[in-house]
Amino acid sequence: MSDVNQPAAHPPVTDWVHDFDHTDPQWTDDPFPIWDELRAVSPVVHTERFLGCYLPTTYEAVREIANDTEHFSSRRIIVRDVRPEITSKNAAPPITSDPPQHKPAKQLLLPPFTPDAMKKLEPRVRTICNELIDDFIAAKSVDAAARYTKHIPVRAIAHMLGIPESDSELFINWIHMILELGIKDESKLLQAVQEMSAYFSGHIEARKSKPTDDLISYLMNARDKDGNPLEDTHVLGSLRLLLIAGIDTTWSAIGSSLWHLAKTSADRERLIAEPGLIPTAVEELLRVYSPVTMAREVVKETTISGCPVKPGNMVLLSFPVANRDPKMFPDADKVVIDRRENRHAAFGLGIHRCIGSNLARMEMQVALEEWLKRIPDFRLDPAGAVTWSQGTVRGPRQLPFLLGKAM
Amino acid sequence: MAERLKVHVNPDKCQGHARCKALAPELFELDEYGNAHEAGDGTVPPGLEDKAWLAKSNCPEIAIDVIEE
Repeated sequence: MSDVNQPAAHPPVTDWVHDFDHTDPQWTDDPFPIWDELRAVSPVVHTERFLGCYLPTTYEAVREIANDTEHFSSRRIIVRDVRPEITSKNAAPPITSDPPQHKPAKQLLLPPFTPDAMKKLEPRVRTICNELIDDFIAAKSVDAAARYTKHIPVRAIAHMLGIPESDSELFINWIHMILELGIKDESKLLQAVQEMSAYFSGHIEARKSKPTDDLISYLMNARDKDGNPLEDTHVLGSLRLLLIAGIDTTWSAIGSSLWHLAKTSADRERLIAEPGLIPTAVEELLRVYSPVTMAREVVKETTISGCPVKPGNMVLLSFPVANRDPKMFPDADKVVIDRRENRHAAFGLGIHRCIGSNLARMEMQVALEEWLKRIPDFRLDPAGAVTWSQGTVRGPRQLPFLLGKAM
Repeated sequence: MAERLKVHVNPDKCQGHARCKALAPELFELDEYGNAHEAGDGTVPPGLEDKAWLAKSNCPEIAIDVIEE
């Protein structure tokens, strides 16, 4: 997406080791050589940008930080130019929670997202995919990001939450304001949070007189460990979280997967011949093109992989960087779609493991299965440009494909 | 004669990635939160040894032990 309207443009990076910036266009377009360069220098590097921020560059350093909730807090989970004040209004438990508040908040949300629960949702996702494909399959070319990958997760999570799938554009706009524009412009972030809260408040009110069988009612009826209903701010925060976390991320993961298959005919043909390999391929695509980078705030001085880290700094907790560490993954820079051993960290490590991982995996598998079944032949359109989102979630935002066999 | 294998999920390490359940559904079960534990006493029936090792080597939290008895 375009960022021409963003204030506070950052100066271009010339020294990645001492001055990294994950919003730099070079990082957005092709981050992998940068990560390799930084990993070769140190397991942890630092930048003065973003009011001070570390980047762990190895799988081991990322694991250490993810498992250390004493020194690294989740109260801030996005690295921004500013550090907005922490209030219950902008908290989104459990992702912004630390122990001991984290576990009860997370346990509330886990049951609707188990693999069994996802099996029930799968037919709806298959239908969504096919409806989307119906709309463009007759064309010679398509922007697969705008017409396919973008809509699958947003409609699936809307279906789960019990809000109209037709409100999709509204959700996509809020997410753009929070995850991209909000990095450099706090007012956009706050505006989106306010609008989302107002939107969900309306849906909560409506359910007070007419309960429904969906995630919103589920949260309204949830009880904490003392048997009390959740505070409204908790319900709203969790709903915002589910909407934000469930959309951009999987949109990106499906998009990167199709992008890879569009330019790698050997992998595409193999998955068409062996659809049973798709779940394994999805894991590898999640590793190589992990969409999500999280953050922590250093709250106590400590060392990570021998490197001192100091309070007051943020940490860019890059699971994508960890997943490219050749010490952990042989041929880390290659896509090996039948990779047998794959402890990738695309959904995080430790207590903050992504709640929606089973949902994302199901959506990716179904989206690839349905696409390959109906569109076995597709390739990048040389006349178009693939563009990538900036910041916390990485994935293709324009994905121009030519459909049908090459002439 | 081949050694008998047992699998065990360390509940303090498991975070519910559910990779084991996807790769070796016969050997693991999930609770209502999606966290895994071994099916029964963890004994791996003959023929499923490969799945036991596969589950172990794909657990991001290194929560699975495969014990050779």
